[in-house]
Amino acid sequence: MGITDILNRTYVSWMDAAGPESDIVISTRVRLARNLNQLPFPHLTDEATGKQLMQKIRAALPENEEGIFRGLELVSLSQLSPLDRTILVEKHLISPEHAESNSPYRGVAVNYDGSVAIMVNEEDHLRIQCLLSGLQVNQAYKYAQTVDDKLEESLDYAFDSRRGYLTACPTNVGTGMRTSVMLHLPATAMTNQINSLIQNVTQFGLTVRGMYGEGTEATGRFYQVSNQVTLGQTEEDIINNLWTVVIQIVEQERYLRNGLLKEMKFQLEDRILRSYGLLTNARMITSNEALGLLSDVRMGMDLGIITWVNRQVLNELIVAIKPAHLQKAAGKEMDPIERDLKRAEIIKEKLTGKKQ
Amino acid sequence: MYCEECKMKPATVHITQIHDGQKTEMHLCEECAAQKGTHVLKFDSYFSLPKLLGSIFGQEVPVMGEIAPTPRTRVQNCPKCGMSFQQIGQIGRLGCSECYTTFEQEIEPVLRRIHGNTKHAGKVPRRAGGKFELKQMIEDLKKQLQAAIKREQYEKAAELRDKIKELEKKTGEERG
Repeated sequence: MGITDILNRTYVSWMDAAGPESDIVISTRVRLARNLNQLPFPHLTDEATGKQLMQKIRAALPENEEGIFRGLELVSLSQLSPLDRTILVEKHLISPEHAESNSPYRGVAVNYDGSVAIMVNEEDHLRIQCLLSGLQVNQAYKYAQTVDDKLEESLDYAFDSRRGYLTACPTNVGTGMRTSVMLHLPATAMTNQINSLIQNVTQFGLTVRGMYGEGTEATGRFYQVSNQVTLGQTEEDIINNLWTVVIQIVEQERYLRNGLLKEMKFQLEDRILRSYGLLTNARMITSNEALGLLSDVRMGMDLGIITWVNRQVLNELIVAIKPAHLQKAAGKEMDPIERDLKRAEIIKEKLTGKKQ
Repeated sequence: MYCEECKMKPATVHITQIHDGQKTEMHLCEECAAQKGTHVLKFDSYFSLPKLLGSIFGQEVPVMGEIAPTPRTRVQNCPKCGMSFQQIGQIGRLGCSECYTTFEQEIEPVLRRIHGNTKHAGKVPRRAGGKFELKQMIEDLKKQLQAAIKREQYEKAAELRDKIKELEKKTGEERG
């Protein structure tokens, strides 16, 4: 089963830090919402239709295909343990709402490297997602379209010439497309420009959300920017709009980082190296503290202050320090204190390359 | 927010200092900040609207429509899934794809409020492609025809009418 590999390791495609602007843009996601004609939307689905839908989609997925379709096999949520479902949430492959269910009529398909993930019977019959590293809006869109076209060959989508792709929630109708990028913006946050960013970006039909613990000083440096409007714009419009705004945010962040480096070199170096020191020496560490310190180290690496850590390791650590991944690594359930111990151990090991 | 020093002018310079792990913040106007002198970092606000607008020039920016009152429901329940419009409002989701047709009038203002728009402009499923595109073209032409008649541009109207006829023939052929 393709999904077993994904569950047993931390790495998925978006962590490879190979995409453009990977110093600031961690990942890009394109998600398409699709529904089948003739069947009620998932929240009204009974057993019989649920079963029918799973069968239809299982049959529509290509077998033994190469490329992005490799390993893409539909697994029902009842086949996965709650821990494994949470692992998929922590990797950003399925939504928290989806993971709460253990229904045999809800499912997930993930390809070999996690760049494609399909949720079945979430809010819509199908949620096709493509997740890539860095700022790759066009590429992610292309992949998502490829999967969409493939499925459409054998599935009859609910589509209306005026309203477009019909979705359970009217906020998704039209293109059914939500594009989002995850950004690391420590300098923007430190110089108190997040609010002005949010205000201005909103004017373009985009939203900004804090990714981990909104607004908290230590962790409020990861942000997600995504399109709000799905009706009345073409997919290309949505992508271009998002890309243009994100590039501005990226340039601003670089400008601010260089400003900080120029004006406060020693303070900045001191802070970053101290953070590294804490991460590599702590015996116990909470996830919030770790995330804040990792953010410092990441910026230190981008600015050439820390040269011995690679970016992929840092991307993996963001996910590896979360509860389900820690417990999977330990092979047992753990209480918060055990998790703080394990977290410190894993961080030390990954950053120094030495097994503890 | 007013300047912490003179308490007269708006604070436009925001200073965050981290000293011994203690974070201190100062909010000053430019003059007071200049007087304080030491180590004031000045960054122009980069996220100004005109700047973003400039870079996005040529792309349509949606303008949210006014909030329209929801019209009274004419139809009680969707014949396909049985949902009423009240239920849809309560859970924030439609019951099935047919609901979009059943409650067309009720949903239209909602779509306008959310998206500033009510008409799909993006991808069309490939399989259904030809027919949908034709339908859409005919609809657009019909609108143009109405406009032409209103403006008493009869020559143009005749041209448009011929075009519509031609396209309608095509969809007819596809059906047959």
